[in-house]
Amino acid sequence: MFERLTERFDDIFQKIKGQGIINEKNVDEAIREIRIALLEADVNYKIVKELLAKVKEKALGRKVVKSVSPGQAFVKIIHDEMVNIMGEGFSGLELEKNKPATIMLVGLQGSGKTTHAGKLAVYLKKKYHRPLLVAGDIYRPAAIEQLKTLGKSIDVPVYAGDTDMSPPEICREALKYAEQNSLDTVIIDTAGRLQIDEPLMEELNEIKKEVTLNEILFVADAMTGQEAVNIASTFHNKVGMDVVCLTKLDGDARGGAALSIKYVTGKPIKFAGTGEKLSDLEEFHPERMVSRILGMGDVVSLVEKAQESVDHKKAKELERKIKKQQFTLEDFLEQLHQVKKMGSLDKIFDMIPGSQRLKGNINMQDSAKELKKTEAIILSMTPLERKKPKILNGSRRKRIARGSGTRVQDVNKLIKNFNQMKKMMKMFKNPKKMARMKQMFPFK
Amino acid sequence: MKFFKKLQNRLKKTQETFVNRVDTLFKGKKTVDDELFDEMEAILIQSDLGVTPALDIVEDMRKQARERKVREPGQLLELFKEEILHLLEGSEKTYAFSSSPFVFFVIGVNGVGKTTTIGKLGWQYVQEGKRVMIVAGDTFRAAAVEQLQIWAERAGCTFFSKPMNTDPSAVIYEALQKADKEGFDCVLVDTAGRLHTRGNLLDELKKMNRVAKKVIPDAPHEVVIVLDASTGQNALAQVKTFHEHLPLTGMVITKLDGTSKGGIAVSLYHDYNIPISHIGIGEEVEDLREFSAKDFVEALFLPDENKTAEKQQADSST
Ligand SMILES: Nc1nc2c(ncn2[C@@H]2O[C@H](COP(=O)(O)OP(=O)(O)O)[C@@H](O)[C@H]2O)c(=O)[nH]1
Ligand SMILES: [Mg+2]
Repeated sequence: MFERLTERFDDIFQKIKGQGIINEKNVDEAIREIRIALLEADVNYKIVKELLAKVKEKALGRKVVKSVSPGQAFVKIIHDEMVNIMGEGFSGLELEKNKPATIMLVGLQGSGKTTHAGKLAVYLKKKYHRPLLVAGDIYRPAAIEQLKTLGKSIDVPVYAGDTDMSPPEICREALKYAEQNSLDTVIIDTAGRLQIDEPLMEELNEIKKEVTLNEILFVADAMTGQEAVNIASTFHNKVGMDVVCLTKLDGDARGGAALSIKYVTGKPIKFAGTGEKLSDLEEFHPERMVSRILGMGDVVSLVEKAQESVDHKKAKELERKIKKQQFTLEDFLEQLHQVKKMGSLDKIFDMIPGSQRLKGNINMQDSAKELKKTEAIILSMTPLERKKPKILNGSRRKRIARGSGTRVQDVNKLIKNFNQMKKMMKMFKNPKKMARMKQMFPFK
Repeated sequence: MKFFKKLQNRLKKTQETFVNRVDTLFKGKKTVDDELFDEMEAILIQSDLGVTPALDIVEDMRKQARERKVREPGQLLELFKEEILHLLEGSEKTYAFSSSPFVFFVIGVNGVGKTTTIGKLGWQYVQEGKRVMIVAGDTFRAAAVEQLQIWAERAGCTFFSKPMNTDPSAVIYEALQKADKEGFDCVLVDTAGRLHTRGNLLDELKKMNRVAKKVIPDAPHEVVIVLDASTGQNALAQVKTFHEHLPLTGMVITKLDGTSKGGIAVSLYHDYNIPISHIGIGEEVEDLREFSAKDFVEALFLPDENKTAEKQQADSST
């Protein structure tokens, strides 16, 4: 799924770019594609609609004609719009208003509240807090036992109350317990509940009456589908929430629910659960989430980097040369320089969609070495040799190898590769194939 | 009875008349036009059926509606139901108990309802007079064994477990030997929740499979994946990966008592042909139903409670 989306996005990119400007027609086409991408990522239907209406307006309104690449500009509009919805980066929890600071975790069954409570305790402990875990789930079999086991493993006390106590009573007593034992943060785990379960939703309000809460944390599964909107807004309306936590982000869900939840509740997402270990808790990065939803790696940074470092006149010139079959080793060298300007291969790879997996297959250091070698070889050639590689006979090759500190085989290999490349270019005279060809270059 | 009561309640809220229901669903539209097809598209996508399948279905229905000269929203709704029911053809499954002991592996990602489903299944089979053993194959999650034990007691099943962190394959090996020797009819093996992206945990499943076969050559007889109805498109990736590692023979969709429609099941069945045996409709031991494609499709197009409430409010205020 991931690959397909990335490809699709590249396609749109290419399409818009080919047409030169963003107009009503190509914007509709791009928007249709992006709509599918967002829906496949589980962003809610209605939100996608509203988001794309805004994007379209901006894309048409903005004078992107002037910009170098409309495709890039377009991606940036969508991305920025989504980042706008997602809001700012991490800010901590509000733990000052009341002492002991009390936070309550709420959410559907199976969203990961209990594990998340344990993770928060670890997180707070690291920040020199003295947390208390409170077992507010008296319904699910062995939920209390689960919290107790977790508490033990991280050396955090757990308050469970007596079997005849209701959750609000347990919470009230837990606070007393915290004060008596000078514990400064109270984390209340609650039973998972459907947002339409009136009595159980009411129970949460009872807890709110019984204890003064600093923050209510809504815990949501990153894999949630379209209903995320109704679930979150109902929790928000009936009980209230201050912070959203996403769990199971270590999977491969695109996590469109994150955008939906933020959109309807306006509450910041602050934590991301990324594994089953209690240390697997991360501060949430809205921008990364946007890229993940779009399925495109950190494309925007890549675009920005490329825009900074690529000399567009040179790129145009290169394109012309390729078309006219005048591509020389000199140009090849130019390409290498462009790559270098963008930073290390490693970093570039990090920004390319779907390359995470590819990266495993490529030895970065080897590739970087290879690039250096190529550069050295070309630099050891005379300008004439770079323009007309045909004249490179045996003695010239030997000289170049010596000059560049490589072996003649290396020089041979480079020339062979270059010739192959030229041959391939010849095949791609038609514009469509040409476009694909260009993708093999560092930038389009 | 919860689910059906709920279904009935929802129907009652819309005064039980079909016309009314169509009205709520289609916001009072009276003609079949582009807008109505857009509305159908919205309903399908919002049920998590998936955007591409939804677009395909709507496109197809446009054609059919034209050919069959469908003019009324109610007729169109029936057409859609027929189509999806058609897509679900052959999706209902009952486990056959073709040999004894009949061994189930129950697998899935974290928190979907595996343990609960095992308790419910065990209870049902006990009601049918079977001797059922429940095996604690989740030796990883805190208190998973205790949780399952409580379910086994509720369901009246024999419980088999080993200490935490025992290799689940070792648990299965012993459990199956015991079940075989003592003549159990049915063995339900719980497993730790695992994301389908965790390669080593998938290998662990394969090992459990190999080890089971050492004791009972054709075990596990059923490999059941449990899916949460509120899961979106990621369910596709889950089923795909699990299925590649350990061929699945059945699906259970849980939490259908919530507001999620579980439309992804349609795409899943269509793509992988894995039949659906049960649905989970609550947290009590009896909250499990055999999957009925017809009821499922009916529920797919039921206006949801929020919307209905909204509409009623709007109606009463005018
Ligand atoms: N409402 C509802 N909750 C369910 C259903 N099935 C399971 N649950 C709840 O979902 C949570 C996770 O279930 P559990 O069986 O522990 O999931 P596991 O991690 O897959 O074993 C528990 O709180 C269950 O009570 C269902 O059909 N409906
Ligand atoms: Mg379990």
